[in-house]
Amino acid sequence: MEFLTAIWSEIPAAVQTVIVILLKIVAILIPLILAVAYTTFAERKIIGYMQVRLGPNRVGPKGWLQPIADVVKLLFKEVIIPTKSNRYIFLIAPMLTLVPAFVAWSVIPFADGMMLADINAGLLFVLALTSVGVYGIILGGWASNSKYAMLSAMRAGAQVISYEIAMGFALVGVLMAAGSLNLNEIILAQSGSIFSWFIWPLFGLFLVYFISGVAETNRAPFDVAEGESEIVAGFHVEYSGMAFALFFLAEYANMILISALTSLLFLGGWLSPFQGLDFLTELPVLGAIFGNGIHWFLLKTAFFLFFYLWFRATFPRYRYDQIMRLGWKILIPLTIVWIFAEMLAIGLGWQPWE
Amino acid sequence: MGINVSENLKHYIKSFSLIELLKGMRVTGRYLFDRKITIQYPEQKTPLSPRFRGHHALRRYPNGEERCIACKLCEAVCPALAIKIESQERPDGTRRTTRYDIDMFKCIYCGFCEEACPVDAIVETNIFEYHFENRGENIMTKAKLLAVGDNHETEIAAMKAADAPYR
Repeated sequence: MEFLTAIWSEIPAAVQTVIVILLKIVAILIPLILAVAYTTFAERKIIGYMQVRLGPNRVGPKGWLQPIADVVKLLFKEVIIPTKSNRYIFLIAPMLTLVPAFVAWSVIPFADGMMLADINAGLLFVLALTSVGVYGIILGGWASNSKYAMLSAMRAGAQVISYEIAMGFALVGVLMAAGSLNLNEIILAQSGSIFSWFIWPLFGLFLVYFISGVAETNRAPFDVAEGESEIVAGFHVEYSGMAFALFFLAEYANMILISALTSLLFLGGWLSPFQGLDFLTELPVLGAIFGNGIHWFLLKTAFFLFFYLWFRATFPRYRYDQIMRLGWKILIPLTIVWIFAEMLAIGLGWQPWE
Repeated sequence: MGINVSENLKHYIKSFSLIELLKGMRVTGRYLFDRKITIQYPEQKTPLSPRFRGHHALRRYPNGEERCIACKLCEAVCPALAIKIESQERPDGTRRTTRYDIDMFKCIYCGFCEEACPVDAIVETNIFEYHFENRGENIMTKAKLLAVGDNHETEIAAMKAADAPYR
């Protein structure tokens, strides 16, 4: 142990910082990738249960090794590059979708101050990165040199850009209430009790945010980009093996990200719902469970993830023009009205969230 | 005009409260906790009817004599022309088949052969898990069919007995 600390103190301070940051990145990424893998498992299992079947249960005990088996299968498959595709863009595109989905996690606070980068414009950073993900989809669809991929990329692009506006407006409502773009401070602004969470005064924005989040990640019922009955599998028809797996991974990482953000922005992230009930939080052992902490954040994220799967099992796919109508003619006006009302409330000094 | 306003209002309340979406989610939510009807196939199997039409078999009488008398009714009734029979007189003067082939690829498992048979010789058993690995294995010869019948005689007899009151 002393030997190790001696080595550690020998390393220059700059390198030390880099090592610490790298270790933190690994500590975020590995659980995240595992979470993504098991989200796919949970999806198949839950949708199976909702369709009165059992879902995957053959690989390993109760099917728990299914995602591992899927990954191994995809790893060993050949990455086929279509002859007439633009091969460099074709290969860059999956990375371009995956990387922003992972990078956005650097500003997510898992517990009080427990984040990789405590930057002041955290919310803007997340918004910017989720927008970059569209490039991967559009480039992937275009570089495939396939009609279906192209059509799907256009659909996905138009859809994601449209819903980004409604999403952005919903976030404006949150930052007006919180008075900060720093995600940790947004959570701290919601502390007090369960009734000081932003979901209550901003319920409409919460709905708009989560609905646009579902559309943003191209999930059912907004998955026209996938549209297996019309355009095969959408922008990733031409992808196989690991290149396909990256798109798949990105989709689920984005789902988890949107769920995490919803819980951060509207349900107080790592704040406990029992906050303010001192007789519970001051119990000797249970106090740690009832108190604030990462477990509440994970629980809330899992809750919203479950809704994603529930939606997929329940709703039929929207038509393309209906998606556009919902985004532009309903969600955006709704957020504008809500923000205006919030503005008036702030102007008149009536701030229920404080 | 008044009706229109209230209709419109109703419509807006209905769509913005997302009530219909919630109704749908209630249905799927209920099914989430419903009893699952999946049958875990190799371990669990569905019950089979005594009339199940699976792999064919040729039966024998309890004394070991083969039932088939080469009347060729099954060959005549077979809609898929899957059965091929040749017959000859046996040294003891009885008429028996020298060849009884069923092409399992042609067979549509309609059960007409079984119905046509006057002596209950050709039957369709409840065996449905079988496969072929080489060309030609799909032709079930007389020897193979008799062997299947010998191996499963008790089951076949039980099936026949269960179905007898309805025939």
